Amino acid sequence: MSSSRLRITERSGITCIGFIDRNILDEANIQRIGEEISRVIDAQVQPRILINFENVDHLSSAALGTLITVNDRIRAKDGQLRLACIDPQIHKVFVITKLINLFQIHDTLEDALKSFS
Amino acid sequence: MSDGAHDKLQWTAVYTLPPQDEAMAQVERELLDGLAARGFDDAAVFAVKLGFQEALVNAFVHGNRHDPAKTVDVRYRLEPDRVIIEVEDRGKGFDPSVVPDPTIEENLTKPTGRGILLMRAFMSNIEYLPPGNRVRMTYTRPGASGDSEASSSAGAASS
Repeated sequence: MSSSRLRITERSGITCIGFIDRNILDEANIQRIGEEISRVIDAQVQPRILINFENVDHLSSAALGTLITVNDRIRAKDGQLRLACIDPQIHKVFVITKLINLFQIHDTLEDALKSFS
Repeated sequence: MSDGAHDKLQWTAVYTLPPQDEAMAQVERELLDGLAARGFDDAAVFAVKLGFQEALVNAFVHGNRHDPAKTVDVRYRLEPDRVIIEVEDRGKGFDPSVVPDPTIEENLTKPTGRGILLMRAFMSNIEYLPPGNRVRMTYTRPGASGDSEASSSAGAASS
């Protein structure tokens, strides 16, 4: 059985990451997700990564922390990160924390894919 | 602040939780099922779930400092239009007013420190009771009267 918590696919040179779990809450799970995404980043020279939240209906502040770390690692390699398909309640979390100013968030996958340079 | 009326609250449920995901998940399910049974909508369930999760994480991580031998007390009271939740850790307590604002520019890229902000934003009221190791959160159904805890039917039979 695979222990991966992510679905990873490639589209036009962009790595698309989706989540298997609807809730990104518990610490062990969040840590595992962070490690998996870090491996994806490490494997690329200039990562172009799209994280798809369409299956996610809950996340915690710890998950936000992991996303910030992921963003830092991608920027350190002069890469690009986009987030897409975020549930309205979770979007509110990004607004309240003002992380909407840190991440590029798009309503749809297509919009997010088009936004990569 | 704590007062006598609050301490006389009769709780719907009282638990002492070990730092194990299954135990926490079980209590969370019961709490959220209780809300759903009382007709609280999805936004309310999202808010309470988030507030409860953040409070538990803070209790085990910051209060108990990951000590596997230490437990956390959880109490909640379900009422027709609101839920009151208390989470108490075994730590010395802290002053929430000294927690840095995670939304200012210099803190925006720090990976931690957003739990209390989210609890305050999604719950109707939160307060830390002396010495700061017990948080009491209330979620009140929007539009319901008796938004203030002062109107609590303290001591009434739990549902």
